[in-house]
Amino acid sequence: MKGKISIVLAGVGGQGVITAANILGKAAVKAKVNVFVSEVHGMAQRGGAVNCTVRLGNVSGPLVPTGTADAIISLEPSEVLRNIFLSNEKTIIITDITPVIPFTVSTGEDEYPDVEDIFKEISSYSKLFKIDATKIAENAGAIITKNIVMLGALAAVNILPFDKEIILNTILDNVPSKFRDINKKAFEGGLKAVNI
Amino acid sequence: MEILEDKFGKQILLLGNEAITRGAIEAGVDVATTYPGTPSSEIADTFSIIAKYFTKQKKIPSFYFEYSTNEKVALEVAAAASISGLRSLTCMKHVGLNVASDTFMTYMYIGTRGGHIIVTADDPSCHSSQNEQDNRYYAIFGGAPMLEPSTPQEAKEMTRIGFDISEELKSPIILRTTTRLNHVRGPIILEKIKKPRKKGHFEKNPMWVTTPAIARARHPELLKMLEKAEKISEKSEFNKIVKIGKQSDWGIITSGVSYNYVKEAVEDLKLDVKILKLGMTNPLPKKMCSNFIKSCKNIIIVEELEPILENQIKQMAYELGCKINIFGKSTGHFSRLFEYNPDIVINALCKIFKKKSPIQKPKESKIKLPSRPPALCPGCPHRATYYAAKKAQPEGVIYPTDIGCYTLGRAKPLEMADLLLCMGSNAGTACGLSVATDSKIISFMGDSTFFHSGIPPIIDAVHHNHDVVITVLDNRTTAMTGHQPHPGTDFDGMGRRAKKILIEDVVKGCGVKHIEVTDPDNIKETTKAFKRALEYKGPSVVVSKSPCIILENRDKRKSGEKIPVYEIDQEKCKRCKTCIGRFGCPALYFGDDESVNIDPQQCNGCGHCALICPFGAIHKKEVKK
Repeated sequence: MKGKISIVLAGVGGQGVITAANILGKAAVKAKVNVFVSEVHGMAQRGGAVNCTVRLGNVSGPLVPTGTADAIISLEPSEVLRNIFLSNEKTIIITDITPVIPFTVSTGEDEYPDVEDIFKEISSYSKLFKIDATKIAENAGAIITKNIVMLGALAAVNILPFDKEIILNTILDNVPSKFRDINKKAFEGGLKAVNI
Repeated sequence: MEILEDKFGKQILLLGNEAITRGAIEAGVDVATTYPGTPSSEIADTFSIIAKYFTKQKKIPSFYFEYSTNEKVALEVAAAASISGLRSLTCMKHVGLNVASDTFMTYMYIGTRGGHIIVTADDPSCHSSQNEQDNRYYAIFGGAPMLEPSTPQEAKEMTRIGFDISEELKSPIILRTTTRLNHVRGPIILEKIKKPRKKGHFEKNPMWVTTPAIARARHPELLKMLEKAEKISEKSEFNKIVKIGKQSDWGIITSGVSYNYVKEAVEDLKLDVKILKLGMTNPLPKKMCSNFIKSCKNIIIVEELEPILENQIKQMAYELGCKINIFGKSTGHFSRLFEYNPDIVINALCKIFKKKSPIQKPKESKIKLPSRPPALCPGCPHRATYYAAKKAQPEGVIYPTDIGCYTLGRAKPLEMADLLLCMGSNAGTACGLSVATDSKIISFMGDSTFFHSGIPPIIDAVHHNHDVVITVLDNRTTAMTGHQPHPGTDFDGMGRRAKKILIEDVVKGCGVKHIEVTDPDNIKETTKAFKRALEYKGPSVVVSKSPCIILENRDKRKSGEKIPVYEIDQEKCKRCKTCIGRFGCPALYFGDDESVNIDPQQCNGCGHCALICPFGAIHKKEVKK
């Protein structure tokens, strides 16, 4: 491929952000596209905000310069805004609509903003697709496949330099055989959830 | 296993750390040792996964691997193997090399026979560390040849070829990485896998015994080795000039991950420059650098942290009598702080080349976002131990702490971490605080930390009769770095049965007279144990034993045992907030009506909240899979 594509995957520790980024990376290798993926490990990972970046094409490293993300895929609404500095007016933003309330809200140190306000603000910046990934994942058979739903949604917006089938096949190659159907359903659910 | 495939030329995606392991396997590594630490952990964990895969099939893996007691031991085990002619790899995080530095400095004097790669994983920006020291200084300090990869592919190749360099020089070498290499995935091209040597032979020789006379004889040999290493550096494929755009008298000298940012920035900004990309950075290829300096009128040095290349290049320019402009840290274009990123490099280059930066003003969220600091997991036994210790003496206690998950006891509402330096520092600083103040001292360290470096300060406390309570939080794993085994577990890094060493036995052997062994799941009894320890004049040790909830629940799921979920009886709950405001389990939250609730998704079923509720309002609900 010519040029470069930068994808930001965001969420909260335990939601499968790293797994999703890893699948995109493996799909790229399968498609013979150059790729770098950045990950978060160790103390930074425990219950905190997680952000992985995937860059494809004529790139030398995985970090995304400010304002140059082609897409931000978030498993949690407020985490989009934490990464909004990476977006521009053309950036495609896809987020799950279910908030994960941090403990700092319970202890009274922080407040969780109104979800509709979050969506309004994102829409004022970029093209926003909201999807109920939690419900789609539940319907597919396991809430843990929310990350796969989001990959389906990403595949739907047609910005990746390889086919949807390559992503789906990479997913299926990387899950135990008894979970293949659930993951396939989750991916297809994500694909259908985005109308472009 | 994909990482073991012997398919020459095949491309696979690997994490930088996995690529290092693959490189070692391609080179026929015989012995690998470590003490886990982010960002290095997955190098050793990959060895462990491979070894366990073989052990499970009752086969013997091609290498020996161990999670050693600490980095110093790890280096010594591998050094002896290399001295006996085997190929070894030792990996650790940057501060681990401080622990191993005593061994390292003299090891450089005597050298080795089989190749030995010492991986130091530096952590600019302190993502998971207590400092951001630049370990390239260790290469200069000890006189170790050093390789610095930019990408996972280069990390693999430098590891593979590094063994040959190490053997040619009869010296251990450093592979210096940073977080943004360790934790980056990239495509790897597989090479053939060499057969390991399996068994070494130790040839007795007085030169291995560093008495003063031998040390004096060895130091000149070390300097000679460095001269030879410089010749290798001159010819190394890892040092190269990359020309971008038209012929130009502008040069950039860079190494490690900074090269990635430089290359992309130069291409995107359409600058005409040549880049001297250095991969073997100690010793520097002096001739190559000198020729590069002579061919430039302006040189920009781009390196994270300390001005190590910058100072050496300046010295070379001075010796050459070259009057050139050198831009870098000393001119204020680059910082000595924190890791770099594309923005930093693009903006600095634009400033130097007097171009308008293409980096737009970042969009900022107008909405204030809640913070998500890392926290002890729901069900973590450490929280129960902390709660009990505070209950035993609520005021006037200083809490020295240590490196591990339990450092998170620093956060609200517990706030039970007052002083931290490094691995094992809890007990040493506890002794000092008991000398310097009249406060009660309760220190905390984990089980792996206890074995790593927690024992000598306990002996100090006994010998000098310091009035301290030293707590060992024994959750039977090295949790924070990814659940590695340690000397207190009954299996090792290769998945074999291992002798389990009891912490209370070691403590008893150190001469501690007052030892409390307690289960934090029983908060009442644990509180009493801390009270008794505090009343005792002199050093006491509390060993608080309960397995890491993540491992415990993983085992339960495997065996089909159900994990309970707790819920709150809203009729009985008086909103006293003990559970949220004092205990602080993240599975608890306030509902819209100010009611206290438990998130069943997050609840790990420990039941600690039910124990501490003053009104008996919390009970077991049902079971989840």
